[in-house]
Amino acid sequence: MMKVAEKDVAYVAGLANLELTQEEQAGMVRDLNSILQYVDRLNELDTSNVEPMAQVSDRYGVDGSKPGTERFSYASREDIPEGLRKSLPREEALANAPDSDGVFFKVPKVIER
Amino acid sequence: MDLTSLTIDAARSVVQQRRTSARALAEAHYARIQKEDGQVGAFLTLSKERALKQADRIDRMAAEGKPLPALGGVPVGIKDVMVTRGVRTTAGSKILANYIPPYDCTAVARMEAAGAVVLGKMNCDEFAMGSSNENSAFHPVRNPRDLTRVPGGSSGGAAAAVAADMAVVTLGSDTGGSIRQPASFCGVVGLMPTYGRVSRNGLIAFASSLDHIGPLAKTVKDAAIVLRTIAGRDPMDSTSADLPVPDYVAELAKPVRGLKLGVAKEYFGEGLDNAVGQAVEAAIDKLKRLGCEIVAVSLPHTPYAIPTYYLVATAEASSNLARYDGVRYSYRAPGVKSLAEMYRRSRDEGFGAEVKRRIMLGTYALSAGYYDAYYLKAQRVRTLLVRDFEEAFTKVDAIVTPTSPTAAFRLGEKSNDPLAMYLADVYTVTADLAGIPGISVPCGETKEKLPIGLQILGRHFDEATILRVAHAYEQAA
Repeated sequence: MMKVAEKDVAYVAGLANLELTQEEQAGMVRDLNSILQYVDRLNELDTSNVEPMAQVSDRYGVDGSKPGTERFSYASREDIPEGLRKSLPREEALANAPDSDGVFFKVPKVIER
Repeated sequence: MDLTSLTIDAARSVVQQRRTSARALAEAHYARIQKEDGQVGAFLTLSKERALKQADRIDRMAAEGKPLPALGGVPVGIKDVMVTRGVRTTAGSKILANYIPPYDCTAVARMEAAGAVVLGKMNCDEFAMGSSNENSAFHPVRNPRDLTRVPGGSSGGAAAAVAADMAVVTLGSDTGGSIRQPASFCGVVGLMPTYGRVSRNGLIAFASSLDHIGPLAKTVKDAAIVLRTIAGRDPMDSTSADLPVPDYVAELAKPVRGLKLGVAKEYFGEGLDNAVGQAVEAAIDKLKRLGCEIVAVSLPHTPYAIPTYYLVATAEASSNLARYDGVRYSYRAPGVKSLAEMYRRSRDEGFGAEVKRRIMLGTYALSAGYYDAYYLKAQRVRTLLVRDFEEAFTKVDAIVTPTSPTAAFRLGEKSNDPLAMYLADVYTVTADLAGIPGISVPCGETKEKLPIGLQILGRHFDEATILRVAHAYEQAA
Protein backbone atom coordinates (compact mmCIF):
# COMPACT_ATOMS: atom_id res chain seq x y z
CA MET A 1 0.00 0.00 0.00
CA MET A 2 1.26 3.46 -0.88
CA LYS A 3 1.76 5.46 2.29
CA VAL A 4 2.54 8.75 0.63
CA ALA A 5 1.24 10.14 -2.64
CA GLU A 6 2.55 13.04 -4.67
CA LYS A 7 0.36 15.53 -2.84
CA ASP A 8 1.79 14.39 0.53
CA VAL A 9 5.30 14.85 -0.78
CA ALA A 10 4.41 18.34 -1.98
CA TYR A 11 2.93 19.18 1.44
CA VAL A 12 6.00 17.89 3.35
CA ALA A 13 8.35 19.68 0.93
CA GLY A 14 6.48 22.87 1.79
CA LEU A 15 6.98 22.26 5.52
CA ALA A 16 10.68 21.66 4.91
CA ASN A 17 11.07 24.71 2.65
CA LEU A 18 12.23 22.61 -0.26
CA GLU A 19 11.17 23.32 -3.81
CA LEU A 20 11.40 19.93 -5.47
CA THR A 21 11.38 19.59 -9.23
CA GLN A 22 8.73 17.33 -10.82
CA GLU A 23 11.35 14.64 -11.30
CA GLU A 24 12.54 14.93 -7.69
CA GLN A 25 8.95 14.65 -6.46
CA ALA A 26 8.39 11.41 -8.31
CA GLY A 27 11.63 9.94 -6.96
CA MET A 28 10.73 11.07 -3.46
CA VAL A 29 7.34 9.33 -3.61
CA ARG A 30 9.09 6.10 -4.54
CA ASP A 31 11.89 6.39 -1.95
CA LEU A 32 9.71 7.51 0.96
CA ASN A 33 7.25 4.70 0.37
CA SER A 34 10.02 2.16 0.27
CA ILE A 35 11.62 3.46 3.47
CA LEU A 36 8.32 3.87 5.33
CA GLN A 37 7.33 0.34 4.41
CA TYR A 38 10.63 -0.86 5.85
CA VAL A 39 10.32 1.08 9.12
CA ASP A 40 6.85 -0.41 9.60
CA ARG A 41 8.53 -3.41 11.18
CA LEU A 42 8.75 -1.35 14.38
CA ASN A 43 5.03 -2.05 14.79
CA GLU A 44 5.86 -5.69 15.49
CA LEU A 45 6.98 -4.46 18.93
CA ASP A 46 4.59 -3.65 21.74
CA THR A 47 5.98 -0.45 23.22
CA SER A 48 2.88 0.68 25.11
CA ASN A 49 4.73 0.52 28.45
CA VAL A 50 8.11 1.71 27.20
CA GLU A 51 9.33 5.22 27.93
CA PRO A 52 10.53 7.15 24.88
CA MET A 53 14.19 8.13 24.83
CA ALA A 54 15.14 11.30 22.98
CA GLN A 55 18.61 11.60 24.48
CA VAL A 56 21.00 9.35 26.35
CA SER A 57 20.44 11.73 29.26
CA ASP A 58 16.71 10.87 29.26
CA ARG A 59 17.67 7.50 30.63
CA TYR A 60 20.80 8.36 32.55
CA GLY A 61 20.17 12.01 33.25
CA VAL A 62 19.97 14.34 36.18
CA ASP A 63 17.10 12.45 37.79
CA GLY A 64 18.69 10.82 40.84
CA SER A 65 16.37 7.83 40.71
CA LYS A 66 17.90 6.62 37.45
CA PRO A 67 21.02 4.49 37.15
CA GLY A 68 24.25 6.11 36.07
CA THR A 69 23.02 9.58 36.95
CA GLU A 70 26.39 10.80 38.17
CA ARG A 71 27.98 10.02 34.83
CA PHE A 72 25.46 11.79 32.67
CA SER A 73 24.66 14.68 35.00
CA TYR A 74 25.22 17.36 32.45
CA ALA A 75 26.61 20.01 34.71
CA SER A 76 24.93 23.35 34.77
CA ARG A 77 27.36 26.20 34.93
CA GLU A 78 27.58 29.65 36.42
CA ASP A 79 25.68 32.24 34.48
CA ILE A 80 28.10 34.45 32.59
CA PRO A 81 26.24 37.63 31.60
CA GLU A 82 28.66 38.52 28.80
CA GLY A 83 28.49 34.97 27.43
CA LEU A 84 31.09 32.21 27.18
CA ARG A 85 32.56 33.83 24.14
CA LYS A 86 32.36 37.38 22.93
CA SER A 87 29.89 38.34 20.23
CA LEU A 88 31.46 38.40 16.80
CA PRO A 89 32.47 41.78 15.42
CA ARG A 90 29.85 42.87 12.88
CA GLU A 91 32.27 42.54 9.97
CA GLU A 92 32.98 38.89 10.83
CA ALA A 93 29.33 38.09 11.43
CA LEU A 94 28.44 39.43 7.99
CA ALA A 95 31.45 37.96 6.19
CA ASN A 96 29.65 34.79 5.05
CA ALA A 97 26.37 36.46 4.15
CA PRO A 98 25.32 36.09 0.50
CA ASP A 99 24.12 39.70 0.64
CA SER A 100 24.53 42.50 3.16
CA ASP A 101 24.83 46.27 3.25
CA GLY A 102 27.66 46.22 5.78
CA VAL A 103 25.23 46.69 8.68
CA PHE A 104 22.36 44.28 8.05
CA PHE A 105 21.80 40.96 6.27
CA LYS A 106 19.86 41.66 3.09
CA VAL A 107 17.04 39.46 1.79
CA PRO A 108 14.49 39.78 -1.02
CA LYS A 109 11.33 41.74 -0.32
CA VAL A 110 9.21 40.08 2.39
CA ILE A 111 5.97 42.02 2.10
CA GLU A 112 4.36 42.77 -1.25
CA ARG A 113 2.45 46.03 -1.48
CA MET B 1 63.60 7.64 7.05
CA ASP B 2 60.10 7.38 5.60
CA LEU B 3 58.35 10.37 7.13
CA THR B 4 54.85 9.35 6.09
CA SER B 5 54.48 6.00 7.81
CA LEU B 6 55.07 7.12 11.39
CA THR B 7 52.80 6.66 14.41
CA ILE B 8 52.13 9.59 16.74
CA ASP B 9 54.89 8.77 19.21
CA ALA B 10 57.41 8.11 16.45
CA ALA B 11 56.54 11.39 14.69
CA ARG B 12 56.69 13.43 17.88
CA SER B 13 59.97 11.91 18.95
CA VAL B 14 61.80 12.47 15.65
CA VAL B 15 60.75 16.13 15.85
CA GLN B 16 61.68 16.34 19.53
CA GLN B 17 65.12 14.84 18.83
CA ARG B 18 65.46 17.13 15.81
CA ARG B 19 66.17 14.24 13.50
CA THR B 20 63.71 16.04 11.28
CA SER B 21 61.55 19.12 11.66
CA ALA B 22 57.81 19.45 12.06
CA ARG B 23 57.91 21.54 8.89
CA ALA B 24 59.67 18.75 6.95
CA LEU B 25 57.16 16.26 8.32
CA ALA B 26 54.24 18.43 7.16
CA GLU B 27 55.86 19.00 3.77
CA ALA B 28 56.50 15.26 3.33
CA HIS B 29 52.77 14.69 3.92
CA TYR B 30 51.82 17.45 1.48
CA ALA B 31 54.12 15.84 -1.10
CA ARG B 32 52.40 12.52 -0.49
CA ILE B 33 48.99 14.19 -0.86
CA GLN B 34 50.17 15.82 -4.10
CA LYS B 35 51.21 12.41 -5.41
CA GLU B 36 48.33 10.21 -4.17
CA ASP B 37 45.27 12.30 -3.58
CA GLY B 38 44.46 12.98 -7.21
CA GLN B 39 43.34 9.35 -7.34
CA VAL B 40 41.96 8.97 -3.81
CA GLY B 41 40.19 12.32 -3.28
CA ALA B 42 40.48 12.33 0.51
CA PHE B 43 41.06 16.07 0.99
CA LEU B 44 38.64 18.89 0.17
CA THR B 45 40.78 21.80 1.38
CA LEU B 46 44.44 22.11 2.34
CA SER B 47 45.32 24.49 5.18
CA LYS B 48 48.99 24.82 4.38
CA GLU B 49 49.55 28.25 5.86
CA ARG B 50 48.00 27.27 9.17
CA ALA B 51 49.87 23.96 9.19
CA LEU B 52 53.30 25.44 8.53
CA LYS B 53 52.79 28.18 11.11
CA GLN B 54 52.01 25.53 13.72
CA ALA B 55 54.91 23.34 12.53
CA ASP B 56 57.32 26.27 12.94
CA ARG B 57 56.00 26.88 16.46
CA ILE B 58 56.68 23.24 17.32
CA ASP B 59 60.13 23.41 15.74
CA ARG B 60 60.98 26.42 17.90
CA MET B 61 59.93 24.46 20.98
CA ALA B 62 62.12 21.54 19.92
CA ALA B 63 65.04 23.88 19.21
CA GLU B 64 64.71 25.36 22.69
CA GLY B 65 64.75 21.84 24.12
CA LYS B 66 61.22 22.12 25.51
CA PRO B 67 59.30 18.85 25.82
CA LEU B 68 56.74 18.61 23.00
CA PRO B 69 53.09 18.00 23.87
CA ALA B 70 51.44 14.67 22.98
CA LEU B 71 50.79 15.57 19.33
CA GLY B 72 53.75 17.92 18.86
CA GLY B 73 54.41 18.19 15.12
CA VAL B 74 52.03 15.36 14.19
CA PRO B 75 50.31 15.93 10.81
CA VAL B 76 46.55 15.39 11.09
CA GLY B 77 43.41 15.77 9.00
CA ILE B 78 40.00 16.99 10.13
CA LYS B 79 36.73 15.76 8.65
CA ASP B 80 35.07 18.70 6.96
CA VAL B 81 32.14 18.73 9.39
CA MET B 82 34.27 20.33 12.11
CA VAL B 83 34.60 24.09 11.79
CA THR B 84 38.03 25.67 11.47
CA ARG B 85 38.49 29.39 11.88
CA GLY B 86 39.54 30.96 8.60
CA VAL B 87 39.68 27.61 6.77
CA ARG B 88 36.78 26.74 4.47
CA THR B 89 34.42 24.17 6.00
CA THR B 90 31.86 22.63 3.66
CA ALA B 91 30.32 19.57 5.37
CA GLY B 92 30.71 18.05 1.89
CA SER B 93 27.83 20.23 0.71
CA LYS B 94 27.34 22.75 -2.04
CA ILE B 95 25.24 24.77 0.39
CA LEU B 96 28.39 25.51 2.45
CA ALA B 97 30.83 25.51 -0.48
CA ASN B 98 32.19 28.97 0.43
CA TYR B 99 31.73 28.95 4.19
CA ILE B 100 34.67 30.34 6.20
CA PRO B 101 33.92 29.71 9.90
CA PRO B 102 34.66 32.42 12.45
CA TYR B 103 35.63 29.95 15.22
CA ASP B 104 37.28 26.59 15.88
CA CYS B 105 35.63 23.33 16.86
CA THR B 106 36.66 22.44 20.44
CA ALA B 107 38.12 19.06 19.42
CA VAL B 108 40.24 20.73 16.73
CA ALA B 109 41.40 23.43 19.14
CA ARG B 110 42.42 20.74 21.63
CA MET B 111 44.35 18.85 18.94
CA GLU B 112 46.23 22.02 18.00
CA ALA B 113 46.85 22.95 21.63
CA ALA B 114 48.48 19.52 21.93
CA GLY B 115 50.76 20.38 19.00
CA ALA B 116 48.94 18.77 16.06
CA VAL B 117 49.58 20.20 12.60
CA VAL B 118 46.28 20.42 10.69
CA LEU B 119 47.06 19.59 7.05
CA GLY B 120 43.54 20.13 5.78
CA LYS B 121 39.90 19.13 5.71
CA MET B 122 38.73 15.65 4.82
CA ASN B 123 36.12 14.78 2.23
CA CYS B 124 32.92 13.17 3.53
CA ASP B 125 29.34 12.38 2.62
CA GLU B 126 27.25 15.56 2.57
CA PHE B 127 26.40 16.51 6.17
CA ALA B 128 27.83 13.09 7.16
CA MET B 129 24.84 11.37 5.55
CA GLY B 130 26.03 8.26 3.77
CA SER B 131 27.99 5.04 4.03
CA SER B 132 30.16 5.24 0.91
CA ASN B 133 31.35 8.85 0.58
CA GLU B 134 29.56 8.99 -2.78
CA ASN B 135 27.24 11.68 -1.37
CA SER B 136 30.00 14.30 -1.27
CA ALA B 137 28.90 17.30 -3.36
CA PHE B 138 32.50 17.71 -4.54
CA HIS B 139 33.86 14.31 -5.53
CA PRO B 140 33.77 10.76 -4.21
CA VAL B 141 36.65 9.23 -2.26
CA ARG B 142 38.20 6.00 -3.50
CA ASN B 143 39.46 3.24 -1.26
CA PRO B 144 43.29 3.32 -1.31
CA ARG B 145 43.31 -0.48 -1.05
CA ASP B 146 41.29 -0.82 -4.27
CA LEU B 147 40.45 2.30 -6.23
CA THR B 148 37.33 0.75 -7.76
CA ARG B 149 35.80 0.49 -4.28
CA VAL B 150 34.35 2.96 -1.78
CA PRO B 151 36.22 3.87 1.39
CA GLY B 152 33.01 3.66 3.41
CA GLY B 153 31.36 6.67 4.90
CA SER B 154 30.64 9.13 5.99
CA SER B 155 34.22 9.75 7.24
CA GLY B 156 35.58 8.27 3.99
CA GLY B 157 38.27 10.89 3.42
CA ALA B 158 39.41 10.65 7.05
CA ALA B 159 39.80 6.87 6.77
CA ALA B 160 41.39 6.88 3.31
CA ALA B 161 43.97 9.52 4.26
CA VAL B 162 45.22 7.45 7.20
CA ALA B 163 45.22 4.26 5.10
CA ALA B 164 47.21 6.00 2.34
CA ASP B 165 49.71 7.64 4.74
CA MET B 166 48.52 11.14 3.86
CA ALA B 167 47.97 11.93 7.56
CA VAL B 168 49.11 10.24 10.77
CA VAL B 169 45.65 10.48 12.32
CA THR B 170 42.38 12.18 11.47
CA LEU B 171 39.27 13.24 13.33
CA GLY B 172 35.98 11.85 12.04
CA SER B 173 32.41 11.90 13.24
CA ASP B 174 30.05 8.99 13.86
CA THR B 175 26.24 9.27 13.91
CA GLY B 176 25.36 5.77 12.66
CA GLY B 177 28.76 4.18 12.07
CA SER B 178 30.58 6.91 10.17
CA ILE B 179 33.93 6.41 11.94
CA ARG B 180 33.93 2.64 12.45
CA GLN B 181 32.58 1.50 9.07
CA PRO B 182 35.10 3.46 6.92
CA ALA B 183 37.89 2.44 9.32
CA SER B 184 36.87 -1.16 8.67
CA PHE B 185 36.71 -0.66 4.87
CA CYS B 186 40.13 1.04 4.72
CA GLY B 187 41.96 -1.18 7.20
CA VAL B 188 42.58 1.41 9.94
CA VAL B 189 41.49 1.85 13.55
CA GLY B 190 38.35 3.94 14.22
CA LEU B 191 37.03 4.89 17.65
CA MET B 192 33.63 6.31 18.53
CA PRO B 193 33.69 7.48 22.16
CA THR B 194 30.70 7.50 24.52
CA TYR B 195 28.07 10.16 23.80
CA GLY B 196 29.21 13.21 25.79
CA ARG B 197 32.84 12.08 26.15
CA VAL B 198 34.01 14.56 23.51
CA SER B 199 32.51 18.02 23.08
CA ARG B 200 30.40 18.55 19.97
CA ASN B 201 30.98 22.30 19.98
CA GLY B 202 31.84 23.24 16.41
CA LEU B 203 30.71 19.94 14.92
CA ILE B 204 28.20 20.79 12.18
CA ALA B 205 25.06 19.13 13.53
CA PHE B 206 23.47 16.16 11.76
CA ALA B 207 21.54 14.38 14.55
CA SER B 208 22.40 15.98 17.87
CA SER B 209 21.50 13.03 20.11
CA LEU B 210 23.66 10.69 18.00
CA ASP B 211 26.64 12.76 16.83
CA HIS B 212 30.10 11.83 18.15
CA ILE B 213 33.64 12.99 17.30
CA GLY B 214 36.46 10.45 17.38
CA PRO B 215 39.81 9.48 15.86
CA LEU B 216 40.82 7.34 12.88
CA ALA B 217 44.37 6.07 13.32
CA LYS B 218 47.02 3.59 12.26
CA THR B 219 47.19 1.97 15.71
CA VAL B 220 44.97 1.55 18.75
CA LYS B 221 47.55 3.43 20.81
CA ASP B 222 47.30 6.42 18.47
CA ALA B 223 43.52 6.39 18.89
CA ALA B 224 44.03 6.35 22.67
CA ILE B 225 46.41 9.32 22.52
CA VAL B 226 43.92 11.34 20.46
CA LEU B 227 40.99 10.46 22.72
CA ARG B 228 43.00 11.54 25.79
CA THR B 229 43.64 14.83 24.00
CA ILE B 230 40.10 15.69 22.90
CA ALA B 231 37.95 14.18 25.70
CA GLY B 232 36.54 16.06 28.66
CA ARG B 233 34.06 18.68 29.75
CA ASP B 234 33.63 21.74 27.57
CA PRO B 235 31.43 24.58 28.80
CA MET B 236 30.43 25.20 25.16
CA ASP B 237 28.61 21.83 24.97
CA SER B 238 26.11 21.27 27.76
CA THR B 239 25.96 17.56 26.91
CA SER B 240 29.71 17.06 27.37
CA ALA B 241 30.24 14.97 30.49
CA ASP B 242 31.83 16.49 33.57
CA LEU B 243 34.02 13.48 34.29
CA PRO B 244 37.75 13.03 34.71
CA VAL B 245 39.56 11.77 31.59
CA PRO B 246 41.49 8.55 32.26
CA ASP B 247 44.98 8.05 30.90
CA TYR B 248 43.81 5.82 28.08
CA VAL B 249 47.38 5.12 26.99
CA ALA B 250 48.48 3.86 30.40
CA GLU B 251 45.32 1.72 30.55
CA LEU B 252 46.39 -0.14 27.40
CA ALA B 253 49.07 -1.95 29.36
CA LYS B 254 46.59 -3.66 31.68
CA PRO B 255 46.05 -7.36 30.95
CA VAL B 256 42.95 -8.59 29.13
CA ARG B 257 43.10 -12.02 30.81
CA GLY B 258 39.85 -12.73 32.61
CA LEU B 259 37.80 -10.08 30.76
CA LYS B 260 34.39 -11.34 29.71
CA LEU B 261 33.59 -10.68 26.05
CA GLY B 262 30.05 -11.05 24.78
CA VAL B 263 29.17 -12.52 21.40
CA ALA B 264 25.63 -11.85 20.20
CA LYS B 265 24.11 -14.10 17.55
CA GLU B 266 22.12 -11.14 16.20
CA TYR B 267 25.37 -9.81 14.72
CA PHE B 268 26.17 -13.02 12.86
CA GLY B 269 22.97 -13.68 10.96
CA GLU B 270 21.58 -13.12 7.49
CA GLY B 271 23.48 -10.65 5.34
CA LEU B 272 26.88 -11.31 6.92
CA ASP B 273 29.49 -12.07 4.28
CA ASN B 274 31.21 -15.43 4.81
CA ALA B 275 34.75 -14.11 4.69
CA VAL B 276 33.89 -11.38 7.19
CA GLY B 277 32.19 -13.84 9.50
CA GLN B 278 35.17 -16.21 9.40
CA ALA B 279 37.69 -13.42 10.08
CA VAL B 280 35.68 -12.18 13.05
CA GLU B 281 35.30 -15.72 14.44
CA ALA B 282 39.07 -16.15 14.13
CA ALA B 283 39.61 -12.86 15.96
CA ILE B 284 37.30 -14.01 18.75
CA ASP B 285 39.33 -17.23 18.98
CA LYS B 286 42.49 -15.20 19.29
CA LEU B 287 40.99 -13.13 22.12
CA LYS B 288 40.02 -16.36 23.84
CA ARG B 289 43.63 -17.59 23.57
CA LEU B 290 44.71 -14.28 25.13
CA GLY B 291 42.71 -15.27 28.19
CA CYS B 292 39.38 -13.55 27.58
CA GLU B 293 36.28 -15.49 28.47
CA ILE B 294 33.77 -15.65 25.60
CA VAL B 295 30.14 -15.44 26.73
CA ALA B 296 27.03 -15.74 24.58
CA VAL B 297 24.74 -12.72 25.01
CA SER B 298 21.53 -11.68 23.30
CA LEU B 299 20.66 -8.27 21.92
CA PRO B 300 17.20 -9.22 20.68
CA HIS B 301 16.10 -5.81 19.37
CA THR B 302 19.05 -5.47 16.99
CA PRO B 303 16.89 -6.09 13.86
CA TYR B 304 14.93 -2.94 14.76
CA ALA B 305 17.96 -0.68 15.01
CA ILE B 306 18.10 0.49 11.38
CA PRO B 307 14.44 1.56 11.17
CA THR B 308 14.76 3.25 14.57
CA TYR B 309 17.89 5.03 13.48
CA TYR B 310 16.44 6.27 10.19
CA LEU B 311 13.49 7.86 11.98
CA VAL B 312 15.41 9.40 14.89
CA ALA B 313 18.36 10.60 12.82
CA THR B 314 16.27 12.06 10.00
CA ALA B 315 13.87 13.79 12.40
CA GLU B 316 16.78 15.48 14.15
CA ALA B 317 18.44 16.27 10.83
CA SER B 318 15.31 17.92 9.43
CA SER B 319 15.39 20.28 12.39
CA ASN B 320 19.15 20.88 12.40
CA LEU B 321 19.31 21.58 8.67
CA ALA B 322 16.52 24.15 8.83
CA ARG B 323 19.24 26.73 9.60
CA TYR B 324 20.50 26.70 5.99
CA ASP B 325 18.34 29.51 4.71
CA GLY B 326 20.72 31.54 2.54
CA VAL B 327 20.60 34.56 4.84
CA ARG B 328 23.51 34.64 7.31
CA TYR B 329 25.74 32.14 5.54
CA SER B 330 25.24 29.30 3.05
CA TYR B 331 24.31 29.28 -0.61
CA ARG B 332 21.60 31.57 -1.99
CA ALA B 333 19.90 30.79 -5.31
CA PRO B 334 20.28 33.64 -7.80
CA GLY B 335 17.39 35.65 -9.25
CA VAL B 336 14.82 34.96 -6.53
CA LYS B 337 11.89 37.36 -6.18
CA SER B 338 10.60 36.71 -2.67
CA LEU B 339 11.89 35.50 0.68
CA ALA B 340 9.88 32.28 0.54
CA GLU B 341 11.18 31.50 -2.93
CA MET B 342 14.72 32.24 -1.75
CA TYR B 343 14.46 29.68 1.05
CA ARG B 344 12.97 26.97 -1.12
CA ARG B 345 15.19 27.40 -4.15
CA SER B 346 18.41 27.90 -2.18
CA ARG B 347 17.76 24.70 -0.26
CA ASP B 348 16.72 22.73 -3.32
CA GLU B 349 19.81 23.80 -5.28
CA GLY B 350 22.18 23.67 -2.29
CA PHE B 351 21.34 20.24 -0.86
CA GLY B 352 22.08 16.94 -2.59
CA ALA B 353 19.61 14.10 -3.18
CA GLU B 354 20.32 12.06 -0.03
CA VAL B 355 20.19 15.09 2.25
CA LYS B 356 16.84 16.11 0.76
CA ARG B 357 15.54 12.56 1.12
CA ARG B 358 16.44 12.58 4.80
CA ILE B 359 15.02 16.05 5.42
CA MET B 360 11.78 14.88 3.78
CA LEU B 361 11.61 11.64 5.79
CA GLY B 362 12.40 13.46 9.04
CA THR B 363 9.89 16.22 8.37
CA TYR B 364 7.25 13.62 7.56
CA ALA B 365 8.02 11.62 10.73
CA LEU B 366 7.62 14.78 12.83
CA SER B 367 4.56 16.16 11.06
CA ALA B 368 1.09 16.38 12.60
CA GLY B 369 -0.64 13.00 12.53
CA TYR B 370 2.56 10.99 12.09
CA TYR B 371 4.63 12.05 15.10
CA ASP B 372 3.33 9.32 17.42
CA ALA B 373 3.40 6.58 14.78
CA TYR B 374 6.95 7.25 13.65
CA TYR B 375 9.12 9.54 15.76
CA LEU B 376 7.71 8.65 19.18
CA LYS B 377 7.56 4.97 18.26
CA ALA B 378 11.23 5.06 17.28
CA GLN B 379 12.12 6.76 20.57
CA ARG B 380 10.41 3.96 22.48
CA VAL B 381 12.25 1.29 20.50
CA ARG B 382 15.45 3.20 21.20
CA THR B 383 14.80 2.51 24.89
CA LEU B 384 14.44 -1.21 24.11
CA LEU B 385 17.77 -1.16 22.27
CA VAL B 386 19.55 0.50 25.17
CA ARG B 387 17.99 -1.97 27.59
CA ASP B 388 19.44 -4.82 25.50
CA PHE B 389 22.91 -3.42 26.12
CA GLU B 390 22.27 -2.75 29.82
CA GLU B 391 21.25 -6.36 30.25
CA ALA B 392 24.25 -7.69 28.29
CA PHE B 393 26.70 -5.51 30.21
CA THR B 394 25.60 -7.06 33.49
CA LYS B 395 27.21 -10.26 32.15
CA VAL B 396 30.15 -9.08 30.07
CA ASP B 397 32.79 -6.31 29.98
CA ALA B 398 32.64 -5.74 26.23
CA ILE B 399 30.87 -7.12 23.15
CA VAL B 400 32.67 -8.23 19.98
CA THR B 401 31.00 -8.12 16.55
CA PRO B 402 31.84 -7.54 12.91
CA THR B 403 32.01 -3.79 12.17
CA SER B 404 30.25 -4.13 8.83
CA PRO B 405 28.50 -7.12 7.22
CA THR B 406 30.71 -6.87 4.13
CA ALA B 407 34.09 -5.54 3.05
CA ALA B 408 34.25 -2.43 0.86
CA PHE B 409 31.73 -2.49 -2.01
CA ARG B 410 32.23 -1.00 -5.46
CA LEU B 411 31.48 2.62 -6.35
CA GLY B 412 27.96 2.82 -7.72
CA GLU B 413 26.98 -0.58 -6.34
CA LYS B 414 24.43 0.75 -3.84
CA SER B 415 24.08 4.39 -4.82
CA ASN B 416 20.64 3.97 -6.43
CA ASP B 417 19.13 2.02 -3.55
CA PRO B 418 18.90 4.07 -0.34
CA LEU B 419 17.71 1.10 1.74
CA ALA B 420 20.58 -1.16 0.66
CA MET B 421 22.99 1.64 1.57
CA TYR B 422 21.36 2.09 5.01
CA LEU B 423 21.89 -1.61 5.77
CA ALA B 424 25.67 -1.11 5.54
CA ASP B 425 25.31 0.39 9.04
CA VAL B 426 23.40 -2.53 10.53
CA TYR B 427 26.09 -3.42 13.12
CA THR B 428 27.13 0.11 13.98
CA VAL B 429 23.93 2.14 14.52
CA THR B 430 23.08 0.32 17.76
CA ALA B 431 26.00 1.88 19.64
CA ASP B 432 25.07 5.38 18.43
CA LEU B 433 21.48 4.91 19.56
CA ALA B 434 22.59 3.60 22.97
CA GLY B 435 25.36 6.19 23.38
CA ILE B 436 27.96 3.51 24.16
CA PRO B 437 31.53 3.56 22.80
CA GLY B 438 32.75 1.34 19.97
CA ILE B 439 36.01 0.73 18.17
CA SER B 440 36.84 -0.96 14.87
CA VAL B 441 40.23 -2.65 14.56
CA PRO B 442 41.51 -4.44 11.43
CA CYS B 443 41.12 -8.24 11.63
CA GLY B 444 42.28 -9.70 8.36
CA GLU B 445 41.33 -9.50 4.70
CA THR B 446 39.05 -11.10 2.18
CA LYS B 447 40.58 -13.09 -0.65
CA GLU B 448 40.43 -9.90 -2.75
CA LYS B 449 42.74 -8.33 -0.13
CA LEU B 450 40.01 -6.06 1.22
CA PRO B 451 40.28 -5.19 4.92
CA ILE B 452 37.83 -6.57 7.49
CA GLY B 453 37.02 -4.88 10.80
CA LEU B 454 36.39 -6.28 14.27
CA GLN B 455 34.08 -4.09 16.36
CA ILE B 456 34.34 -3.94 20.14
CA LEU B 457 31.52 -2.24 22.05
CA GLY B 458 31.80 -1.15 25.67
CA ARG B 459 29.89 0.26 28.61
CA HIS B 460 29.17 3.98 28.84
CA PHE B 461 32.42 5.85 29.51
CA ASP B 462 34.45 2.65 29.47
CA GLU B 463 36.56 3.43 26.41
CA ALA B 464 39.56 2.15 28.41
CA THR B 465 38.35 -1.46 28.23
CA ILE B 466 37.53 -1.52 24.51
CA LEU B 467 40.84 0.18 23.72
CA ARG B 468 42.63 -2.40 25.86
CA VAL B 469 40.94 -5.34 24.12
CA ALA B 470 41.57 -3.81 20.68
CA HIS B 471 45.22 -3.17 21.58
CA ALA B 472 45.76 -6.71 22.87
CA TYR B 473 44.21 -8.11 19.69
CA GLU B 474 46.27 -5.80 17.46
CA GLN B 475 49.51 -6.74 19.22
CA ALA B 476 48.75 -10.46 18.95
CA ALA B 477 47.51 -10.40 15.35
